[in-house]
Amino acid sequence: MSSHESEPRPLLLGGPALGLRLIVLAAMAAGLMVADHRQHHLAAIRDAIATLAYPIQWALSAPVQAWDAMRESFATRTRVEAENVKLASDNLVLRLKLLRFESLEQENRRLRAVRESSPRAVQRTLVAEILRVDLDPYRQRVLVNQGARAGVFRGQAAIDANGIFGQVTRAGPVSAEIILITDPEHAIPVQVNRTGARSIALGTGRSGLLSLPYLPQNTDVIVGDLLVSSGLGGVYPPGYPAAKVTSVVRDPAQPLLAVEAEPLAGLDRVPEVLLVWFDNAIVEPEPEQEDQPPATAPPPGAAP
Amino acid sequence: MMHGTRTNFGWVRVVVLTVLTLAATVLPLPEPLEPYRPNFVALTVLWFCLLSPRLLGLGYAWLAGLALDGFAGVLLGQHALTLTVIAYVACKLRLQIRAFPPLQQSAVILALLWLNEFLLFWIDGIAGHAITDWRRWLTVPVSAALWPLVNGLFARYASRR
Repeated sequence: MSSHESEPRPLLLGGPALGLRLIVLAAMAAGLMVADHRQHHLAAIRDAIATLAYPIQWALSAPVQAWDAMRESFATRTRVEAENVKLASDNLVLRLKLLRFESLEQENRRLRAVRESSPRAVQRTLVAEILRVDLDPYRQRVLVNQGARAGVFRGQAAIDANGIFGQVTRAGPVSAEIILITDPEHAIPVQVNRTGARSIALGTGRSGLLSLPYLPQNTDVIVGDLLVSSGLGGVYPPGYPAAKVTSVVRDPAQPLLAVEAEPLAGLDRVPEVLLVWFDNAIVEPEPEQEDQPPATAPPPGAAP
Repeated sequence: MMHGTRTNFGWVRVVVLTVLTLAATVLPLPEPLEPYRPNFVALTVLWFCLLSPRLLGLGYAWLAGLALDGFAGVLLGQHALTLTVIAYVACKLRLQIRAFPPLQQSAVILALLWLNEFLLFWIDGIAGHAITDWRRWLTVPVSAALWPLVNGLFARYASRR
Protein backbone atom coordinates (compact mmCIF):
# COMPACT_ATOMS: atom_id res chain seq x y z
CA MET A 1 0.00 0.00 0.00
CA SER A 2 2.95 2.32 0.46
CA SER A 3 3.54 3.57 -3.03
CA HIS A 4 4.43 6.66 -4.99
CA GLU A 5 6.93 8.57 -2.99
CA SER A 6 6.86 11.11 -5.80
CA GLU A 7 3.50 12.55 -4.85
CA PRO A 8 3.42 16.36 -4.54
CA ARG A 9 3.80 16.21 -0.80
CA PRO A 10 5.56 19.48 0.08
CA LEU A 11 2.78 21.43 -1.51
CA LEU A 12 0.09 20.21 0.81
CA LEU A 13 1.43 18.33 3.78
CA GLY A 14 4.11 18.82 6.31
CA GLY A 15 5.89 15.81 4.80
CA PRO A 16 8.02 13.93 7.29
CA ALA A 17 6.06 15.34 10.23
CA LEU A 18 3.28 12.92 9.38
CA GLY A 19 5.43 9.86 10.01
CA LEU A 20 6.81 11.40 13.17
CA ARG A 21 3.34 12.12 14.44
CA LEU A 22 2.32 8.52 13.74
CA ILE A 23 5.23 7.21 15.78
CA VAL A 24 4.56 9.55 18.72
CA LEU A 25 0.82 8.86 18.79
CA ALA A 26 1.25 5.12 18.35
CA ALA A 27 3.78 5.05 21.17
CA MET A 28 1.40 6.98 23.40
CA ALA A 29 -1.43 4.57 22.59
CA ALA A 30 0.81 1.58 23.26
CA GLY A 31 1.88 3.11 26.57
CA LEU A 32 -1.74 3.62 27.55
CA MET A 33 -2.58 0.03 26.70
CA VAL A 34 0.27 -1.38 28.72
CA ALA A 35 -0.54 0.82 31.72
CA ASP A 36 -4.21 -0.08 31.50
CA HIS A 37 -3.66 -3.78 30.99
CA ARG A 38 -0.92 -4.37 33.52
CA GLN A 39 -1.76 -2.27 36.51
CA HIS A 40 -5.06 -0.51 36.05
CA HIS A 41 -3.14 2.71 36.64
CA LEU A 42 -5.50 4.75 34.56
CA ALA A 43 -8.49 4.87 36.87
CA ALA A 44 -8.52 8.68 36.74
CA ILE A 45 -8.65 8.82 32.92
CA ARG A 46 -11.22 6.05 32.87
CA ASP A 47 -13.36 7.85 35.40
CA ALA A 48 -13.14 11.10 33.45
CA ILE A 49 -14.19 9.43 30.18
CA ALA A 50 -16.91 7.45 31.93
CA THR A 51 -18.28 10.62 33.50
CA LEU A 52 -18.24 12.45 30.15
CA ALA A 53 -19.82 9.49 28.40
CA TYR A 54 -22.54 8.93 30.96
CA PRO A 55 -24.94 11.71 29.82
CA ILE A 56 -24.73 10.45 26.23
CA GLN A 57 -25.22 6.85 27.27
CA TRP A 58 -28.10 7.88 29.48
CA ALA A 59 -29.68 9.93 26.67
CA LEU A 60 -29.47 6.92 24.35
CA SER A 61 -30.87 4.60 26.94
CA ALA A 62 -33.73 6.84 28.08
CA PRO A 63 -35.97 6.56 24.98
CA VAL A 64 -35.74 2.77 25.01
CA GLN A 65 -36.56 2.68 28.69
CA ALA A 66 -39.38 5.20 28.20
CA TRP A 67 -40.79 3.02 25.41
CA ASP A 68 -40.69 -0.02 27.68
CA ALA A 69 -42.37 1.94 30.44
CA MET A 70 -45.06 3.19 28.07
CA ARG A 71 -45.75 -0.28 26.75
CA GLU A 72 -46.02 -1.41 30.32
CA SER A 73 -48.53 1.28 31.22
CA PHE A 74 -50.69 0.43 28.21
CA ALA A 75 -50.69 -3.25 29.05
CA THR A 76 -54.13 -4.76 28.76
CA ARG A 77 -56.24 -5.15 31.83
CA THR A 78 -56.54 -8.91 31.48
CA ARG A 79 -52.80 -9.30 31.40
CA VAL A 80 -52.39 -7.16 34.48
CA GLU A 81 -55.07 -9.16 36.26
CA ALA A 82 -53.49 -12.46 35.33
CA GLU A 83 -50.13 -11.15 36.47
CA ASN A 84 -51.69 -9.99 39.70
CA VAL A 85 -53.15 -13.42 40.43
CA LYS A 86 -49.81 -15.01 39.72
CA LEU A 87 -47.98 -12.54 41.94
CA ALA A 88 -50.47 -13.08 44.75
CA SER A 89 -49.96 -16.84 44.62
CA ASP A 90 -46.19 -16.41 44.36
CA ASN A 91 -46.35 -14.14 47.34
CA LEU A 92 -48.24 -16.74 49.38
CA VAL A 93 -45.68 -19.40 48.56
CA LEU A 94 -42.81 -17.09 49.41
CA ARG A 95 -44.39 -16.08 52.70
CA LEU A 96 -44.80 -19.70 53.66
CA LYS A 97 -41.15 -20.27 52.87
CA LEU A 98 -40.22 -17.18 54.84
CA LEU A 99 -41.99 -18.49 57.94
CA ARG A 100 -39.56 -21.39 57.94
CA PHE A 101 -36.70 -19.12 56.99
CA GLU A 102 -37.01 -16.92 60.06
CA SER A 103 -36.75 -19.82 62.45
CA LEU A 104 -34.01 -21.46 60.40
CA GLU A 105 -32.02 -18.27 60.39
CA GLN A 106 -32.34 -17.93 64.12
CA GLU A 107 -31.22 -21.50 64.53
CA ASN A 108 -28.36 -20.98 62.09
CA ARG A 109 -27.28 -17.89 63.97
CA ARG A 110 -27.25 -19.77 67.28
CA LEU A 111 -25.26 -22.61 65.78
CA ARG A 112 -22.83 -20.17 64.17
CA ALA A 113 -22.45 -18.44 67.51
CA VAL A 114 -21.64 -21.75 69.11
CA ARG A 115 -18.95 -22.37 66.51
CA GLU A 116 -17.85 -18.73 66.54
CA SER A 117 -17.91 -18.41 62.79
CA SER A 118 -19.27 -15.39 60.99
CA PRO A 119 -22.60 -15.68 59.18
CA ARG A 120 -21.58 -14.09 55.86
CA ALA A 121 -25.13 -13.15 55.04
CA VAL A 122 -25.96 -10.27 52.75
CA GLN A 123 -26.00 -7.10 54.85
CA ARG A 124 -27.07 -4.39 52.49
CA THR A 125 -28.25 -4.12 48.91
CA LEU A 126 -28.54 -1.38 46.34
CA VAL A 127 -30.79 -1.47 43.30
CA ALA A 128 -29.00 -0.45 40.09
CA GLU A 129 -30.73 0.08 36.78
CA ILE A 130 -29.11 -1.41 33.67
CA LEU A 131 -28.54 1.18 30.95
CA ARG A 132 -29.72 0.06 27.53
CA VAL A 133 -26.49 0.61 25.66
CA ASP A 134 -24.45 -1.93 23.76
CA LEU A 135 -20.88 -2.19 24.91
CA ASP A 136 -18.59 -4.57 23.06
CA PRO A 137 -20.99 -7.11 21.50
CA TYR A 138 -18.60 -10.03 21.98
CA ARG A 139 -18.19 -9.54 25.69
CA GLN A 140 -20.90 -10.04 28.23
CA ARG A 141 -20.88 -6.73 30.06
CA VAL A 142 -23.49 -4.19 31.05
CA LEU A 143 -23.47 -0.66 32.35
CA VAL A 144 -25.52 0.33 35.42
CA ASN A 145 -26.54 3.70 36.77
CA GLN A 146 -24.86 3.46 40.18
CA GLY A 147 -21.22 4.19 40.83
CA ALA A 148 -18.58 4.87 43.42
CA ARG A 149 -20.59 7.77 44.80
CA ALA A 150 -23.21 5.30 45.98
CA GLY A 151 -20.48 3.13 47.47
CA VAL A 152 -20.15 0.69 44.57
CA PHE A 153 -16.69 -0.87 44.41
CA ARG A 154 -14.67 -3.06 42.09
CA GLY A 155 -15.32 -6.74 42.71
CA GLN A 156 -18.75 -6.20 44.19
CA ALA A 157 -21.26 -8.96 43.55
CA ALA A 158 -24.47 -8.30 41.61
CA ILE A 159 -27.49 -10.59 41.84
CA ASP A 160 -31.02 -10.47 40.54
CA ALA A 161 -34.22 -12.07 41.77
CA ASN A 162 -33.33 -15.48 40.36
CA GLY A 163 -29.64 -15.86 40.96
CA ILE A 164 -26.14 -14.55 40.61
CA PHE A 165 -25.69 -11.99 37.87
CA GLY A 166 -22.05 -10.92 37.85
CA GLN A 167 -19.55 -8.63 39.48
CA VAL A 168 -18.45 -5.03 39.12
CA THR A 169 -15.34 -4.69 36.96
CA ARG A 170 -15.12 -0.93 36.97
CA ALA A 171 -16.78 1.56 39.27
CA GLY A 172 -16.85 5.06 37.83
CA PRO A 173 -18.20 7.98 39.84
CA VAL A 174 -21.76 7.72 38.54
CA SER A 175 -21.83 4.48 36.58
CA ALA A 176 -20.34 1.03 36.86
CA GLU A 177 -19.55 -1.78 34.48
CA ILE A 178 -20.67 -5.27 35.43
CA ILE A 179 -19.17 -8.41 33.94
CA LEU A 180 -21.77 -11.16 33.63
CA ILE A 181 -21.03 -14.68 34.80
CA THR A 182 -21.27 -15.78 31.15
CA ASP A 183 -18.40 -13.55 29.98
CA PRO A 184 -15.49 -15.66 28.68
CA GLU A 185 -13.15 -13.93 31.13
CA HIS A 186 -15.30 -14.73 34.13
CA ALA A 187 -15.18 -17.69 36.50
CA ILE A 188 -17.31 -18.27 39.55
CA PRO A 189 -16.62 -20.81 42.31
CA VAL A 190 -19.71 -22.98 42.70
CA GLN A 191 -20.93 -25.95 44.64
CA VAL A 192 -23.37 -28.66 43.58
CA ASN A 193 -26.20 -28.06 45.99
CA ARG A 194 -27.21 -31.73 46.22
CA THR A 195 -23.79 -33.17 47.01
CA GLY A 196 -21.61 -30.27 48.03
CA ALA A 197 -19.04 -30.99 45.30
CA ARG A 198 -17.11 -27.81 44.55
CA SER A 199 -15.93 -26.59 41.18
CA ILE A 200 -15.55 -23.50 39.02
CA ALA A 201 -18.06 -22.40 36.41
CA LEU A 202 -16.53 -20.54 33.47
CA GLY A 203 -18.35 -18.16 31.18
CA THR A 204 -18.47 -19.07 27.51
CA GLY A 205 -19.32 -15.75 25.87
CA ARG A 206 -22.75 -17.02 24.94
CA SER A 207 -25.62 -15.86 27.10
CA GLY A 208 -27.31 -18.81 28.73
CA LEU A 209 -24.29 -21.10 28.86
CA LEU A 210 -21.67 -21.81 31.51
CA SER A 211 -19.15 -24.62 31.39
CA LEU A 212 -17.64 -26.63 34.23
CA PRO A 213 -14.50 -28.21 32.80
CA TYR A 214 -12.78 -29.20 36.04
CA LEU A 215 -15.00 -31.94 37.47
CA PRO A 216 -13.37 -35.41 37.65
CA GLN A 217 -15.10 -38.37 36.00
CA ASN A 218 -16.32 -39.85 39.25
CA THR A 219 -18.13 -36.73 40.44
CA ASP A 220 -21.77 -37.21 41.28
CA VAL A 221 -23.46 -34.61 39.10
CA ILE A 222 -26.64 -35.04 37.06
CA VAL A 223 -28.72 -32.91 34.73
CA GLY A 224 -30.95 -30.59 36.73
CA ASP A 225 -28.55 -30.16 39.65
CA LEU A 226 -28.60 -26.72 41.19
CA LEU A 227 -25.24 -24.95 41.38
CA VAL A 228 -24.92 -22.42 44.17
CA SER A 229 -22.08 -20.03 44.87
CA SER A 230 -19.61 -21.59 47.26
CA GLY A 231 -18.33 -18.30 48.63
CA LEU A 232 -14.71 -19.27 48.04
CA GLY A 233 -12.74 -16.37 46.69
CA GLY A 234 -14.84 -13.96 48.68
CA VAL A 235 -16.49 -12.14 45.80
CA TYR A 236 -19.91 -13.77 45.90
CA PRO A 237 -21.95 -14.41 49.02
CA PRO A 238 -22.16 -18.17 49.61
CA GLY A 239 -25.29 -20.18 49.00
CA TYR A 240 -26.91 -18.12 46.27
CA PRO A 241 -28.21 -20.03 43.23
CA ALA A 242 -26.05 -19.48 40.15
CA ALA A 243 -26.99 -22.03 37.50
CA LYS A 244 -28.69 -25.29 36.67
CA VAL A 245 -26.84 -28.20 35.04
CA THR A 246 -28.16 -28.78 31.51
CA SER A 247 -25.84 -31.46 30.17
CA VAL A 248 -23.25 -33.90 31.49
CA VAL A 249 -21.02 -35.73 29.02
CA ARG A 250 -19.01 -38.64 30.40
CA ASP A 251 -16.34 -39.53 27.87
CA PRO A 252 -14.27 -42.39 29.32
CA ALA A 253 -11.30 -41.29 27.23
CA GLN A 254 -11.17 -37.95 29.01
CA PRO A 255 -9.97 -37.42 32.58
CA LEU A 256 -12.61 -34.79 33.27
CA LEU A 257 -16.34 -34.43 32.71
CA ALA A 258 -17.78 -31.94 30.23
CA VAL A 259 -20.58 -30.25 32.14
CA GLU A 260 -22.70 -27.40 30.87
CA ALA A 261 -25.04 -25.26 32.90
CA GLU A 262 -27.54 -22.53 32.32
CA PRO A 263 -27.39 -19.42 34.53
CA LEU A 264 -30.55 -18.73 36.51
CA ALA A 265 -30.34 -14.94 36.53
CA GLY A 266 -32.10 -13.19 33.64
CA LEU A 267 -28.82 -12.01 32.17
CA ASP A 268 -30.20 -10.43 29.02
CA ARG A 269 -33.70 -9.68 30.24
CA VAL A 270 -33.80 -7.99 33.62
CA PRO A 271 -33.98 -4.17 33.78
CA GLU A 272 -32.20 -3.90 37.12
CA VAL A 273 -29.87 -5.77 39.42
CA LEU A 274 -29.05 -5.76 43.12
CA LEU A 275 -25.56 -4.84 44.21
CA VAL A 276 -24.86 -6.54 47.51
CA TRP A 277 -22.64 -5.93 50.50
CA PHE A 278 -22.04 -8.92 52.69
CA ASP A 279 -19.93 -9.73 55.67
CA ASN A 280 -16.59 -10.56 54.15
CA ALA A 281 -13.11 -9.76 55.32
CA ILE A 282 -11.38 -10.28 51.96
CA VAL A 283 -12.60 -7.63 49.54
CA GLU A 284 -14.90 -5.44 51.57
CA PRO A 285 -13.51 -1.91 52.13
CA GLU A 286 -15.27 -1.40 55.49
CA PRO A 287 -18.87 -0.32 55.24
CA GLU A 288 -20.62 0.19 58.58
CA GLN A 289 -22.37 -3.02 59.39
CA GLU A 290 -24.94 -3.40 62.08
CA ASP A 291 -25.78 -6.90 63.11
CA GLN A 292 -29.18 -7.04 61.53
CA PRO A 293 -31.08 -9.34 59.21
CA PRO A 294 -30.62 -8.61 55.50
CA ALA A 295 -32.08 -5.21 54.76
CA THR A 296 -33.95 -4.99 51.49
CA ALA A 297 -33.86 -1.35 50.44
CA PRO A 298 -31.38 0.80 52.30
CA PRO A 299 -31.04 4.50 51.54
CA PRO A 300 -28.45 4.88 48.76
CA GLY A 301 -26.93 7.77 50.67
CA ALA A 302 -25.76 5.48 53.44
CA ALA A 303 -22.54 4.78 51.62
CA PRO A 304 -19.45 3.69 53.49
CA MET B 1 -7.32 26.85 13.96
CA MET B 2 -6.61 26.54 10.28
CA HIS B 3 -8.81 27.67 7.47
CA GLY B 4 -6.92 26.06 4.67
CA THR B 5 -9.93 24.15 3.40
CA ARG B 6 -12.75 25.19 1.19
CA THR B 7 -15.39 23.81 3.54
CA ASN B 8 -16.44 25.68 6.63
CA PHE B 9 -15.98 22.86 9.07
CA GLY B 10 -15.98 24.63 12.41
CA TRP B 11 -15.09 22.91 15.65
CA VAL B 12 -18.73 22.80 16.66
CA ARG B 13 -19.55 20.63 13.68
CA VAL B 14 -16.59 18.39 14.33
CA VAL B 15 -17.67 17.87 17.93
CA VAL B 16 -21.29 17.26 16.89
CA LEU B 17 -20.26 14.67 14.31
CA THR B 18 -17.90 12.98 16.76
CA VAL B 19 -20.52 12.71 19.49
CA LEU B 20 -23.05 11.39 16.97
CA THR B 21 -20.71 8.71 15.69
CA LEU B 22 -19.80 7.66 19.23
CA ALA B 23 -23.48 7.50 20.13
CA ALA B 24 -24.18 5.38 17.06
CA THR B 25 -21.52 2.98 18.27
CA VAL B 26 -23.27 2.18 21.54
CA LEU B 27 -26.88 2.67 20.38
CA PRO B 28 -28.87 -0.38 21.46
CA LEU B 29 -29.64 -2.64 18.49
CA PRO B 30 -31.62 -5.87 18.36
CA GLU B 31 -29.24 -8.72 19.07
CA PRO B 32 -29.25 -10.38 15.60
CA LEU B 33 -28.28 -7.07 14.00
CA GLU B 34 -25.41 -6.34 16.35
CA PRO B 35 -22.56 -7.87 14.29
CA TYR B 36 -23.61 -5.73 11.32
CA ARG B 37 -23.15 -2.45 13.15
CA PRO B 38 -21.01 -0.20 10.90
CA ASN B 39 -17.82 1.22 12.33
CA PHE B 40 -18.96 4.84 12.21
CA VAL B 41 -15.99 6.22 14.12
CA ALA B 42 -13.49 4.74 11.65
CA LEU B 43 -15.51 6.02 8.68
CA THR B 44 -15.56 9.52 10.16
CA VAL B 45 -11.84 9.46 10.86
CA LEU B 46 -11.10 8.37 7.28
CA TRP B 47 -13.42 10.99 5.87
CA PHE B 48 -11.74 13.76 7.84
CA CYS B 49 -8.33 12.50 6.72
CA LEU B 50 -9.33 12.65 3.08
CA LEU B 51 -10.89 16.08 3.56
CA SER B 52 -8.17 17.84 5.47
CA PRO B 53 -5.38 15.98 7.20
CA ARG B 54 -3.94 19.22 8.55
CA LEU B 55 -7.10 20.09 10.41
CA LEU B 56 -8.24 16.66 11.49
CA GLY B 57 -5.62 14.05 10.84
CA LEU B 58 -3.78 11.74 13.17
CA GLY B 59 -4.46 13.75 16.32
CA TYR B 60 -8.17 13.57 15.71
CA ALA B 61 -7.99 9.85 14.99
CA TRP B 62 -6.13 9.31 18.25
CA LEU B 63 -8.57 11.29 20.37
CA ALA B 64 -11.62 9.72 18.72
CA GLY B 65 -10.12 6.29 19.32
CA LEU B 66 -9.47 7.07 22.98
CA ALA B 67 -13.05 8.29 23.40
CA LEU B 68 -14.29 5.11 21.75
CA ASP B 69 -12.21 2.98 24.14
CA GLY B 70 -13.70 4.78 27.12
CA PHE B 71 -17.20 4.54 25.69
CA ALA B 72 -17.12 0.86 24.92
CA GLY B 73 -15.20 -0.03 28.05
CA VAL B 74 -12.36 -1.85 26.29
CA LEU B 75 -8.61 -1.65 26.82
CA LEU B 76 -7.69 2.04 26.86
CA GLY B 77 -5.64 2.96 23.79
CA GLN B 78 -6.42 0.10 21.42
CA HIS B 79 -8.78 1.97 19.12
CA ALA B 80 -6.54 5.03 19.47
CA LEU B 81 -3.64 3.02 18.04
CA THR B 82 -5.51 1.30 15.22
CA LEU B 83 -7.35 4.42 14.09
CA THR B 84 -4.10 6.40 14.09
CA VAL B 85 -2.49 3.78 11.86
CA ILE B 86 -5.28 3.74 9.28
CA ALA B 87 -5.49 7.54 9.43
CA TYR B 88 -1.77 7.64 8.61
CA VAL B 89 -2.25 5.47 5.55
CA ALA B 90 -5.28 7.50 4.47
CA CYS B 91 -3.42 10.80 4.89
CA LYS B 92 -0.42 9.46 3.00
CA LEU B 93 -2.48 8.25 0.03
CA ARG B 94 -5.01 10.99 0.30
CA LEU B 95 -4.59 12.56 -3.13
CA GLN B 96 -4.79 9.23 -4.92
CA ILE B 97 -7.81 8.03 -2.94
CA ARG B 98 -9.67 11.26 -3.59
CA ALA B 99 -9.14 10.91 -7.29
CA PHE B 100 -10.47 7.35 -7.44
CA PRO B 101 -13.90 6.58 -8.88
CA PRO B 102 -16.45 5.73 -6.15
CA LEU B 103 -16.22 1.95 -6.41
CA GLN B 104 -12.45 1.93 -6.21
CA GLN B 105 -12.59 4.37 -3.32
CA SER B 106 -14.87 1.98 -1.43
CA ALA B 107 -12.39 -0.81 -2.11
CA VAL B 108 -9.56 1.20 -0.53
CA ILE B 109 -11.78 2.02 2.44
CA LEU B 110 -12.57 -1.69 2.74
CA ALA B 111 -8.88 -2.48 2.91
CA LEU B 112 -8.24 0.21 5.52
CA LEU B 113 -11.17 -0.92 7.67
CA TRP B 114 -9.95 -4.48 7.41
CA LEU B 115 -6.53 -3.34 8.59
CA ASN B 116 -8.19 -1.57 11.51
CA GLU B 117 -10.13 -4.68 12.51
CA PHE B 118 -7.10 -6.89 12.08
CA LEU B 119 -5.02 -4.69 14.38
CA LEU B 120 -7.81 -4.79 16.95
CA PHE B 121 -7.95 -8.57 16.65
CA TRP B 122 -4.22 -8.72 17.17
CA ILE B 123 -4.27 -6.44 20.22
CA ASP B 124 -7.13 -8.46 21.73
CA GLY B 125 -5.02 -11.56 21.31
CA ILE B 126 -1.95 -10.00 22.93
CA ALA B 127 -4.04 -8.67 25.82
CA GLY B 128 -5.27 -12.22 26.43
CA HIS B 129 -8.91 -12.07 25.45
CA ALA B 130 -9.06 -12.95 21.79
CA ILE B 131 -12.49 -12.83 20.20
CA THR B 132 -12.43 -15.59 17.63
CA ASP B 133 -16.07 -15.25 16.64
CA TRP B 134 -16.01 -14.90 12.85
CA ARG B 135 -18.88 -12.41 12.96
CA ARG B 136 -16.53 -9.71 14.21
CA TRP B 137 -15.33 -9.28 10.61
CA LEU B 138 -18.84 -8.56 9.32
CA THR B 139 -18.57 -4.92 10.28
CA VAL B 140 -15.83 -4.37 7.66
CA PRO B 141 -17.83 -5.00 4.44
CA VAL B 142 -20.93 -3.36 5.94
CA SER B 143 -19.00 -0.19 6.77
CA ALA B 144 -17.27 -0.11 3.39
CA ALA B 145 -20.62 -0.48 1.62
CA LEU B 146 -21.85 2.54 3.57
CA TRP B 147 -18.89 4.68 2.50
CA PRO B 148 -20.58 6.42 -0.49
CA LEU B 149 -23.54 7.31 1.71
CA VAL B 150 -21.38 8.62 4.56
CA ASN B 151 -19.26 10.51 2.07
CA GLY B 152 -22.30 12.19 0.52
CA LEU B 153 -23.95 13.05 3.82
CA PHE B 154 -20.82 14.48 5.39
CA ALA B 155 -20.00 16.49 2.29
CA ARG B 156 -23.48 17.98 2.36
CA TYR B 157 -23.19 18.73 6.09
CA ALA B 158 -19.79 20.31 5.52
CA SER B 159 -20.88 22.55 2.67
CA ARG B 160 -23.97 23.86 4.44
CA ARG B 161 -23.74 27.44 5.65
